[in-house]
Amino acid sequence: MTIETSESPIYGLMAEFDSAQELVAAAHKTHAAGYQKIDAYSPFPIEGLAEAIGFHKNSVPLVVLIGGLIGGISAYALQYWVAVITYPVNVAGRPYHSWPSFIIVTFELTILFAGLSAAIGMIALNGLPMPYHPVFNVPEFAKASENKFFLIVFSSDPKYDAARTRSFLNDLAPRMIAEVPS
Amino acid sequence: MATNTQIPVADRRVPVIAPGHTFSTIGEKISNIVLSRPVSLGWIFGFLIVFSMMNMLMMALGYLFIKGTGIWGINIPIGWGFAIVNFVWWIGIGHAGTLISAILCLLRQTWRNSINRFAEAMTLFAVACAGIFPLAHTGRPWLAYWLFPYPNTMRYWPNFRSPLVWDVFAVSTYFTISLVFWFVGLIPDFASLRDRAESTLVQRIYGLLAMGWRGSARHWHRYETAYLLLAGLATPLVLSVHTVVSFDFAVGIVPGWHTTIFPPYFVAGAIYSGFAMVLCLAIPIRAIYGLQDFITMRHLENAAKVMLATGLIVAYGYGMEAFMGWYSGSQFDSFLLWNRLHGPYRLSYAALLACNIFIPQVLWLKKFRVSTGWLWLISFVVLVGMWLERFIIVVVSLSRDFLTSSWGQYYPTKWDWMTFAGTIGMFLTAMWLFVRILPMISIFELRTLLPESQVHEAAEVKQ
Repeated sequence: MTIETSESPIYGLMAEFDSAQELVAAAHKTHAAGYQKIDAYSPFPIEGLAEAIGFHKNSVPLVVLIGGLIGGISAYALQYWVAVITYPVNVAGRPYHSWPSFIIVTFELTILFAGLSAAIGMIALNGLPMPYHPVFNVPEFAKASENKFFLIVFSSDPKYDAARTRSFLNDLAPRMIAEVPS
Repeated sequence: MATNTQIPVADRRVPVIAPGHTFSTIGEKISNIVLSRPVSLGWIFGFLIVFSMMNMLMMALGYLFIKGTGIWGINIPIGWGFAIVNFVWWIGIGHAGTLISAILCLLRQTWRNSINRFAEAMTLFAVACAGIFPLAHTGRPWLAYWLFPYPNTMRYWPNFRSPLVWDVFAVSTYFTISLVFWFVGLIPDFASLRDRAESTLVQRIYGLLAMGWRGSARHWHRYETAYLLLAGLATPLVLSVHTVVSFDFAVGIVPGWHTTIFPPYFVAGAIYSGFAMVLCLAIPIRAIYGLQDFITMRHLENAAKVMLATGLIVAYGYGMEAFMGWYSGSQFDSFLLWNRLHGPYRLSYAALLACNIFIPQVLWLKKFRVSTGWLWLISFVVLVGMWLERFIIVVVSLSRDFLTSSWGQYYPTKWDWMTFAGTIGMFLTAMWLFVRILPMISIFELRTLLPESQVHEAAEVKQ
């Protein structure tokens, strides 16, 4: 099943597994064996898989917090500026800075900015949109969105060695191993 | 390893996903509706009907733009009429989608996974229909952007103390966040469709939408965080939207509007009508597309129970309005109650009580909850009832307020009816297209419901 690509440089070695359990176990072993630059692919989120490849924390919550704060503060500041400074309208002698009325728009814009930050932040941190990615060069990878599970060791890993990494992956009993041309 | 395998506790209820499904059969069944199922004559025939209804909306709006809101039945004292009745009704229907996708996600109600996609689509289309009404009601919809704060040569700014401006922010935020939530949920499924598509063009289209999603563990990690945060943000949002809509009324001083019960009562009513719409759509769709394996009786029954519960909250709201009419000692409030029961709109009020309070009580009986025919009928009745509720709130209160000299009656014109029916056509047209273009059930979330997707044993394997 190996794809022979002698000319193009190798992006990594990919192993295919049948079940989520096998993939998580294999990811744990690969990470424990000292491979740092690895990744795993699955058709649905698997609990503990990211941790298994050594990815524990992501910065989406921070992005959302910053987005929410910007939304909230700017919304309140805008309303204050409009209602008190630039366009004050005296309605029955009520104070210009009638803060209870400003809460709703502040709240809505907090949610709006935080929500957009969550979506855009997630997409951007994931490096998407990405029109080309080497893993798709492996024909079997089409099943990664269906019912197969993949583990890859990138060739940029300091421990990567074509022959030794292959035999290591082979010991994990995958369905197949493929070289990923970049 | 077998000893460690968790055996699910015996569950007498209908499962959320029929037995015998694997990761690939789920993907196949759902994506085939989009990718390979031939377009049937029934679909085309139905589409022609709903599309003609939508064109009726275009005509009604076209004429409105030429003539102005005078073609509607609105006049002083009833300046709001159908436009606001329909706006509130449609916005309310949207609420079930966000409730299912966000609140039930936070509450870990996994049964939501098979209905959230389509309920979210319903939300988007309903909010789009809702948005048409206040826009058209402004009279000069081409200037509606004046509602947004932006530097302009008139040196004018919106009045942030006005509930109508709050509405602009609440509804536009609601639409945007619902759209984002929906799109984020669709990304992995676009990837599934991309990988399954046979024609290059279809593959390109879904590939563009999937943006190169490859299911990397790091990506899933961020994805799940973002999704959870979006759910957490959408939860207070959905509660706030109908609250703000109710402020349009509650901040005014008209009898029947100026009450503190409005926000919770509006939110409950919104979810009530929204679940009714979910059932009205889900029951035929699951039958036509053979999705009984994924949208099981458990889903329909749960939706019926939510309807029953929110219906009781709405009934409490009616009871409280009546009680306050008497207890407040305000002659205007007690007159409002009398006017609802005996005034010119008494038949609408009686129909409202029947549709929203009395008829849905049959849902206490399991027999009605597990019969799709009855359930559809009751949901339809609830939709009618909730529309009448908004009609009663808007029209009856305005028709007879403090001064007898300013009393009046409201008569909707054919343009009112055409606009209303037209938005139903627009909503159904969008639904019609949605079921054939996008996966109507979330493929990847459904996969996580299979026991094979759980990796609890992995921790032991590691050692």
